[in-house]
Amino acid sequence: MKYLLFLIALWSAITSAQAPVTSADFENQTISIALTQEPPQLNGMKATDQVSNFILPHIMEGLVRYDRRGRIVPGVAHRWEIDPDGMGATFWLRENALWSDGKPVTANDFVFAWRTTLAPKTASEYAFILFPIKNAEAANKGNAKLTDIGVTAVDDYTIRVELERPTAYFIKLTAFATYFPIREDFFNSRGDSYAADAQDLIFNGPFRLTEWVHSASLKMEKNETYWNKEKITLNQINAAYITEDSRARLNLFIDGKIVHTRLDGETYKDALTQKQRIRSFSTGSIFFLEYNHREGRITDNLNLRRAIQHTFDSDKFVNNVLATPGNLAAESLFPVWLQGVEDKFRKEYPAAVAVVDQELAAEYLAKAKAELGIDEFPALILLSGNTPTATKQAEYLQGLLKSRLGLDIKIDKQTFKQRLAKMTSGDFDFVLAGWGPDFDDIMTFGDLFASWNLNNRGRYSNPSYDELVRVALNNVDPKTRMDAMAKLQKIIHDDAVILPMYEQGVIYLMNSKVRGVVRRVVGPDPDYTYSRVIK
Amino acid sequence: MLAYTLKRLLAGIVTVWFIATATFTAMHMVPGDPLMNDKAVSAEIRANLERKYGLDKSAPEQYVIFMKNMLSGDFGISFTQQNRQVNDIIRDHFPVSATLGIMAIFFATIGGVLWGALTALYRNRLPDIIIMFLVILGISVPSFVFAALGQLLLVNINSLFGASIIPVAGWGTFSHMLMPSMVLGLGTMALLTRLMRSSMLEIVNEDYIRTARAKGLSPSRIFFRHQLRNAILPVITVLGPQIAAITTGGFVVELVFAIPGLGRYFVQAVQQLDYTVIMGTTVFYGAFLVLMVILVDILYGFIDPRVRLS
Repeated sequence: MKYLLFLIALWSAITSAQAPVTSADFENQTISIALTQEPPQLNGMKATDQVSNFILPHIMEGLVRYDRRGRIVPGVAHRWEIDPDGMGATFWLRENALWSDGKPVTANDFVFAWRTTLAPKTASEYAFILFPIKNAEAANKGNAKLTDIGVTAVDDYTIRVELERPTAYFIKLTAFATYFPIREDFFNSRGDSYAADAQDLIFNGPFRLTEWVHSASLKMEKNETYWNKEKITLNQINAAYITEDSRARLNLFIDGKIVHTRLDGETYKDALTQKQRIRSFSTGSIFFLEYNHREGRITDNLNLRRAIQHTFDSDKFVNNVLATPGNLAAESLFPVWLQGVEDKFRKEYPAAVAVVDQELAAEYLAKAKAELGIDEFPALILLSGNTPTATKQAEYLQGLLKSRLGLDIKIDKQTFKQRLAKMTSGDFDFVLAGWGPDFDDIMTFGDLFASWNLNNRGRYSNPSYDELVRVALNNVDPKTRMDAMAKLQKIIHDDAVILPMYEQGVIYLMNSKVRGVVRRVVGPDPDYTYSRVIK
Repeated sequence: MLAYTLKRLLAGIVTVWFIATATFTAMHMVPGDPLMNDKAVSAEIRANLERKYGLDKSAPEQYVIFMKNMLSGDFGISFTQQNRQVNDIIRDHFPVSATLGIMAIFFATIGGVLWGALTALYRNRLPDIIIMFLVILGISVPSFVFAALGQLLLVNINSLFGASIIPVAGWGTFSHMLMPSMVLGLGTMALLTRLMRSSMLEIVNEDYIRTARAKGLSPSRIFFRHQLRNAILPVITVLGPQIAAITTGGFVVELVFAIPGLGRYFVQAVQQLDYTVIMGTTVFYGAFLVLMVILVDILYGFIDPRVRLS
């Protein structure tokens, strides 16, 4: 028996060696990758996570899409026009845009998808991204009929959108997964199982999902019905592995099984010893220390926050604590990549920087004590995630605030869901938080601390901040909007609303035979749509 | 025999019910909110989500609904994989974990029994000392270390040959299963070795062994017919729970080797507070464990005629 088993093992070892699978196959234009997680589902109406938002734009297409350089280019719509007052837009659809079963993509597919996303019973967590559309928010709350939503199919190939308010970035929004079309008859034929498996989906994007073995693999093949298929070189993207373990992914990369893997603090060192070529990319997300501004909280005291502001050195933090390439020191809520009027926002409106000054910090701290009427600060709670990275950051802050300001910090380490629950209920003094962009406009960050924003978990509330957000929301003129955001940037600094810590960078390995992969701040990342394998 | 089996099964059902109830209570007492995600949602959407998953009802009501559905074999839909039935998840992924587990048990039992017998035969001599040292390593080193080392070993072997001899991760062919099942079985193998060794040592001095020797039986016949057969009983005893532990406890191995097993769902569901998947997998595994224990007890009677099942 054992002998037999050994023979089987030997045989299978030999056969698997005979058919070598390479991660980047030039002949077949095929690449293999690993996913960190199984996509929860591939229903564009409900997708919230990174993996779904990576796969969906490869297999679906919205009215517009992002090109290699991150500019908006035609997708299903070949032309669009925004009303002069910014209160509406018209899209003209190309007639050669087809679903993978050969039927044309029509205006109704968009209308249906948007209405269904907004339907209260769908309970989409991303419904808010459709709210610039007229009556969308009301319909989502059940206060308006779905048919009252400001989107209509004028004919099969024309869509008319009425907006709630002038929205400067509306066209960019239509590149987002929540805005992708869904065909009504197909959706209804699948009922609750829509997008739960490969055969429960139809596609209008550059690739088709042909195989989905749950928590094992997904296979995407070139979509022969895609209108722009001449521009697509890759025949197959094979997500052959799904594992969260970054070391396992590094091993797979070294073994030539996958073309790309993201590194973390530990695997970074291994990749260095392996003499791998390490690349870095800025994700466009900002990480910060969020204060609890609720009344009665010690962190509601401005002078305390200022003392911390003059203690923390972002440069030092990025270089000595994070200590992996790619991260940038943070100076503002707005990351450097955001577009301003003509140039990058942060070039046009540089952020004020608090100098690290121990004496100044001590002065602010003394003032805070006087205002609060206390001699000693009680222990303050720093809420943090339970990942090694989060722990390292929390411990650094704990040490820094103790040694420089004499503040006692208690670290409250929680799992993801529990940290969120505590953030929402306000059970913290500080929390390590972050924010990533949903769309390519400054407003994706700008309204974060508006008093009505539910993601403003520290409950910062300032009428002048709210007013500036409204100005930027209700105007289409870039100069007016950016001026407002510059004032808002100043408020965040002067009021020490948050303590910006770093702009996140990721480090990764990429097989050098794969070219044309686009790393994106918004949209699918990495984007393999226009990539190819060279010899 | 039949009455005994029925009695055990009945007790088993009560145990499973208890597991389900305890898990349900513990799960609802864990702080945190299963419906909460990165982006905050409005009260209206929140209410709709609660309604969808039946969380708008009180905990006792939810318990009653859950028990009713469980009796009809329905665990509902997953919170995180929103369009998948928990039953589908178990059906799709348990066979993978089971295959991995059976192979691991196979390695562990063969290895454990042989090494154990060997160490007993060479008691306090070099092979014994070496193997027992390795056994202590096997018991004390956690499986994620072995998993990482095992995978690294494969990477090095492959790079040595310049070709992919054995896949470093993934699932599908027999060669995919070798390293993960060995890694998974290592701890059990170490445990069984120790158990086998001590039970062998006890038996070596028994009267009937001396009798057998006096009869002039060959050493190999004594070893296989008398020593091994008697010494293996304690091994069988722990095998039941070990099978359950191995087929359920492969989380780390499944993660490192990118294997689509149920162990990943089992652990991740707890982290994500995916209520339905927590309940489904726990009840399923609980029932599986209970069944294994009963099976082993019944098996006992066949292996050792001295044990009367009553």
